[in-house]
Amino acid sequence: MLIGVPKEVHRGEHRVAATPDTAARLQKLGYSVAMEAGAGAVAQFTDEAYREAGAEIVEETRDLWRNADIILKVRGPEPHPALGLHEAEMLKHGGHLISFVWPAQNEDLMDRLRARNGTVLAMDAIPRISRAQKCDALSSMANIAGYRAVVEATNRFGRFFGGQTTAAGNVPPAKIMVIGAGVAGLSAIGAGTRMGAIVRAFDTRLEVRQQVESLGAEFLELSFEEDGSGKGGYAKVMSEEFIKAEMDLFAHQAMEVDVIITTALIPGKPAPRLITAGMVESMQDGSVIVDLAAEQGGNCELTIPGEVAVRHGVSIIGFTDLPSRMATQSSQLYSNNVWHLLDDLTPENDGQVVVNMDDDLIRGATIIQGGDVTWPPPIPTAVPISPPPPATEEPGEEPTEKGLHDGIKSVITMLIGGSILYGIGLYAPTSFMVHFTIFVLSCFVGWQVIWNVTPALHTPLMSVTNAISGIVIVGPLLMVSNSSAVITVLATAAIIIATINIAGGFVVTQRMLQMFRKS
Amino acid sequence: MTSGLLAVSYIGASILFILSLGGLSHQETARRGNIYGIIGMAVAIFATALTGNVTNYAVLIPAVAVGGIVGVTIAIRVQMTQMPQLVAILNSLVGLAAVLVAIASHLNPTLGLTRAELIILDVEIYLSVLIGIVTFTGSVVAFAKLQALISGRPLLLPGRNWLNLLVAITLLWLGYEFLLAGNGGLLGPSLLGPISQNPALLLLGSFGLL
Repeated sequence: MLIGVPKEVHRGEHRVAATPDTAARLQKLGYSVAMEAGAGAVAQFTDEAYREAGAEIVEETRDLWRNADIILKVRGPEPHPALGLHEAEMLKHGGHLISFVWPAQNEDLMDRLRARNGTVLAMDAIPRISRAQKCDALSSMANIAGYRAVVEATNRFGRFFGGQTTAAGNVPPAKIMVIGAGVAGLSAIGAGTRMGAIVRAFDTRLEVRQQVESLGAEFLELSFEEDGSGKGGYAKVMSEEFIKAEMDLFAHQAMEVDVIITTALIPGKPAPRLITAGMVESMQDGSVIVDLAAEQGGNCELTIPGEVAVRHGVSIIGFTDLPSRMATQSSQLYSNNVWHLLDDLTPENDGQVVVNMDDDLIRGATIIQGGDVTWPPPIPTAVPISPPPPATEEPGEEPTEKGLHDGIKSVITMLIGGSILYGIGLYAPTSFMVHFTIFVLSCFVGWQVIWNVTPALHTPLMSVTNAISGIVIVGPLLMVSNSSAVITVLATAAIIIATINIAGGFVVTQRMLQMFRKS
Repeated sequence: MTSGLLAVSYIGASILFILSLGGLSHQETARRGNIYGIIGMAVAIFATALTGNVTNYAVLIPAVAVGGIVGVTIAIRVQMTQMPQLVAILNSLVGLAAVLVAIASHLNPTLGLTRAELIILDVEIYLSVLIGIVTFTGSVVAFAKLQALISGRPLLLPGRNWLNLLVAITLLWLGYEFLLAGNGGLLGPSLLGPISQNPALLLLGSFGLL
């Protein structure tokens, strides 16, 4: 099948949905790739580079759309300013489109796309499951936005971010408050601490505390207990008392900090108003606010979406195109996300798209199939990082019956376990009982110790557990001095491979943990 | 080293391992946890190597040196993105080592054990060959999937539940035969072990939501 990548038409949109690198890799999946001339120019990818990667360069926009079986875009289709017709109308009948769509906000676009009888996969509808992280363009764009927010803030801010002691006098480090520690917030925290600023972060979801602290920032706390974790790793609306306590905290912090970066969003709702005009006024002159929620109305009362407003001596940055301002980086990450999606869509590597609706990832992303709207998808089965919902939220369960059922179950389990233990106690020799006791206790210790592991540490924990399992080396160590040659050889081989595991396991764990090191 | 000293060394090592696993549950203590694990392992190995009936140092020391150098080299050279594969392949080595140990101890003549102790030993040998070979083949398959050497899609055999039941019964029967015969039965678990696995999905960590 032929993949076509048109030049983005949205004003100020600099990104492109395929880089020379992904264009080459798409061909390895069996596709041919056609790029509109100049598609990657503003993101610093020349037509020449695409040609070298084996892509065809098409001059005429209509030809590209007409011939391509699959169109890759960043922004959803919109009226083409030069051709005077809607991009969706150029999509081949029965063709495929992969781009951001935002189906909930764009009913008109959905109607137009449906009329093409094609299949549309929305990058914004990729489900938030672990396996789909490689395709998660929202996260990769949010990461860039968070970083860029700090860059924009430094640009407007008249002082160093990091403190310095110079012959000409001491410079205190700048103080940054980040509101909302999602992907963008964490990225901003990381960028801020790396530049030497003192970073404080606030989030209603208490589970992110460790992530905030592991990046070297301080987690701001309310003297108020309420966890704001909502569905799919997002936040939910908080109670009135909570919001009041939260606003007090912000008002207090606004007087102290130099830079505020807000990233607070609640899915499907306008952005919460967190920074009032009064708070802006209380900030020192020359301070900067970067409002990453500007597109959804803004977290700051005085934000003007898409612009920089200077109010009460404070610059309020409301840019809505932060990823596009780093077009090379964001094109790279976005095109990788798109490539991973196509990789999943091409099980045979033969350049043929298979939209497998039994696959959670593909099911979630597919919003139109063969002209039928398939959005919203059924609720996904797994959600990353967010904790299980508290028991009070489970409706309709008959607690007494369930409790009774559980009771019977645990009685049966205990009876079986008890009779097995009894049998062992009757017949097993004493020497065995010592080993058996240790074995049973170890099972419980292992279970208790590992139960509370932080999700981010699953892999290092597995790795260290594996290294420790190399303790089987004690067996061959004791056997290597045996008089039988066969046993010595077996034991030697066992020692060598067990040592490889022990040494390799611990070293690799150490390397993984380096990544968590506070800067 | 006396048996008393050996015992306390093992207790010390066990405590260090527990601290290690506990430490790995939280970011702040993770690095310390890994160090505890390394110390615990060193204590266990030295204590064992210094016991009276270990004499064959001419083989032991080179074997540990070779394994150590190979392990460290691989772990340092591997790219960050290939870590899960590395852990999988390392894990397979433990399984293989367990199988070798079990076979070796089966070949080792046993003296002065009561009948019940012999049965328990044989059950342990049988189980460690079985679990070891399942670990080995399972980890090799996981490695191959992660390395994209084979397809990541689960291979679902027709009638797999019955097949698994059949394998389980055969394994039980072979175990029984092994206990009766006392030898020759080990071939059973090594061949059937791999077959008995459902290709499980290895969910390896959630990197990089940050």
